[in-house]
Amino acid sequence: MKRIFASAHVKRLFSALAALAILELMTGPPGSALTPTAGFTGSFGEASSFFGIFRTQRWVVFLFLALAMYAIWSAWLMWGTQVRAATAKAVSVPRAASRTRPVRWGMAVAVLAVALLLPHLITDPFWQAAMVEQIAVYVLLALGLNVVVGFAGLLDLGFVAFYAIGAYTTAWVTGALPTAAPFGIHFNNFYAIPIAIALAMGSGIILGAPTLRLRGDYLAIVTLGFGEIITIFANNLYGITGGSQGTNTIPHFSLHVGPIKYLWGLTPVPYYYLTIVFVILFIAGFKLLEHSRVGRAWTAIREDEVAAESVGINPLKYKVMAFAIGASTAGFAGVVTASQSNTIFPSSFTLQFSINILVLVIFGGMGSITGVVLGAIVIQTGSMYLLHTPPAGYQPQDLYIYLGALLVVMMIFRPAGLVPSRRRHREIGLAEKGEGHMNEVLTGDTP
Amino acid sequence: MGAFGHYLTGHFATLRLEFWALFVGGLANGVLYGMVAVGYTLVYGVLRLINFAHSEIFMSGGFAGYFVMKALVGTAVPSGFASVGLIVVGILVGGVVGAVMATLVERVAYRPLRRRRAPALAYLISAIGASYFLYNMAGKEFGRVPISMPQPYINHPIFHIFGAPVQMYYVIILLAGAVMFLTLDRVVAKTKLGRSIRAVAQDAETASLMGVNIDRTIVLTFIVGGALGGAAGFLFGMGTGVSNTMGFVPALKAFTAAVLGGIGNLRGAMIGGFLLGIVESLSVVFVQAAYMDVVAFGILVAVLLFRPTGILGERLGRAA
Repeated sequence: MKRIFASAHVKRLFSALAALAILELMTGPPGSALTPTAGFTGSFGEASSFFGIFRTQRWVVFLFLALAMYAIWSAWLMWGTQVRAATAKAVSVPRAASRTRPVRWGMAVAVLAVALLLPHLITDPFWQAAMVEQIAVYVLLALGLNVVVGFAGLLDLGFVAFYAIGAYTTAWVTGALPTAAPFGIHFNNFYAIPIAIALAMGSGIILGAPTLRLRGDYLAIVTLGFGEIITIFANNLYGITGGSQGTNTIPHFSLHVGPIKYLWGLTPVPYYYLTIVFVILFIAGFKLLEHSRVGRAWTAIREDEVAAESVGINPLKYKVMAFAIGASTAGFAGVVTASQSNTIFPSSFTLQFSINILVLVIFGGMGSITGVVLGAIVIQTGSMYLLHTPPAGYQPQDLYIYLGALLVVMMIFRPAGLVPSRRRHREIGLAEKGEGHMNEVLTGDTP
Repeated sequence: MGAFGHYLTGHFATLRLEFWALFVGGLANGVLYGMVAVGYTLVYGVLRLINFAHSEIFMSGGFAGYFVMKALVGTAVPSGFASVGLIVVGILVGGVVGAVMATLVERVAYRPLRRRRAPALAYLISAIGASYFLYNMAGKEFGRVPISMPQPYINHPIFHIFGAPVQMYYVIILLAGAVMFLTLDRVVAKTKLGRSIRAVAQDAETASLMGVNIDRTIVLTFIVGGALGGAAGFLFGMGTGVSNTMGFVPALKAFTAAVLGGIGNLRGAMIGGFLLGIVESLSVVFVQAAYMDVVAFGILVAVLLFRPTGILGERLGRAA
């Protein structure tokens, strides 16, 4: 009996069944406290269309897919190395070509052209709005979190706090809050940008300086708490923030420079272009940063903090710097969102938001700017698609289940992400061989 | 004495009046924080990482207790021996479900990474993902609104200390907590399981050379921590109700308690829990109730700033 369970095939089959059972539950109908078993029975017992070919019970689909997964898994274990070698050989020439400068610039220009043309190709109002609010702004946020998680290797779970600071600063500066605007002047939204960046950066430094001295997981939990605290304050300081109602009188961006007068209005397309400009500026800035002295210091600290310190790098200084840069990017994104939607209220600044951004960075590839942008576009488009045309039984909150599962799956199978940063990929490989100081966790495989 | 002086005198007068009532309530909460904090500290001891999914183990214990109470109590009003029996059953079921969840989390979110010797950041992300998955999954299956638990006892003042009534609920928590803490303390100090946990916490490599099975010890650590967390989830849910997000704030405070007592230090986690519960409860006199969570967070940041090793210090693998 024990031998059967120890067999690799039985283990694999069991894992496949377990994985598919979870997937069935994730995609199945919801239950409630009064009918706690409804979700479970419905997930397996309900009829469902099998790839549109014929209708059958869900458990039949479950068994079929589990067996298919087992078969593919077994095949991969047998021929995986050959397949991998063959694909590596096939893509080696195009990959080498893609690393040359003209090809890279050409690609960048092509991507930019598509990005600029996109609002004219997609005219559906839902998608036009989604492109600004849910994709372009999230690309910006993912770029910011990437500096913290990807470049410096620090886990920030309260990213939303800095985003909220940016949004509330905009409301404050433009005179949309119950509290008086600075000097009693209702400033233009563009003036909110430097102030929001400064405030977000300042709070990042205040929060980061004490906690970044400590272990990485302390930072994670302190930022997690900070994200909640900011919401508590926003909810309860009625006189300053407008309480749980927030405000809905934030003006749009507008430009008055000499003869040029332009007002960004309710239509999303002008905001799309404005955000694209900001995204390009941030990408350029972070690319330069990545390869600068600062970026190299981050890499050194991430890989081996002791060694970095011994060659004269002050880890705390650079960690605080990464944290503050990430925070200010979130603050900046807050300005854009607040101006675009005119509305802010505390319940939109949730833990869900921070985790969502983290998923974009992890899925795309920590430390890889291309990866993070791509990850943000893919995940956000996917989640918007689910919102726009939900499959049967899908509730909007189900998205978070998928995102949580995605984090675990990525960490197990592809920790460096969709488009791995080459440096990061190598680091993880080295850590897995026991080199470097990234590994503090007990592995349990000592003889 | 200026206006601020008057403010303080006024509040201290309230504090003097309310002290014992707040103290008892705070201590009961603190016992629950301590029970959850023990889970953090144990896992930290053997793996050197914070189990972010512990809040969902707490939640699973709460839901398990809810369903058991719903089946056994229903709309009845039990009392006497029936109450005692029901509470013991609730604690056991909460503990068992918590332990099972903890084992599953270890199996799915941690073990594959340990096999690959993944960097520490990967564990944190994987644990966050597991936590996020679990509480949203619970929301899908059991609804996303808080529900109150059928009460297995009648809540009335049992006795008074210094004029402050002590409710039945607090008595239950204090008794259950005392039994669990004493048992745990002895288990870790005296039994073979406790010795192996301490050995792995002190030096895993040497422990494995001495014949300690590391994988097994890690699983058992998760089970012990999960059982206490699940039982605490039931006790918490009995008073406050259960929901899919019930674990978040208590777990954050329990973590604060673990750090306050010195992470990795078992007795520290318990004492940190009591202290945090009491301080937080007394703070109600000085700040609005809405800011109670802010007080706990302030304590966390202050401890990390001024004494990151906690009150009793980080003591990995000592017999408390």
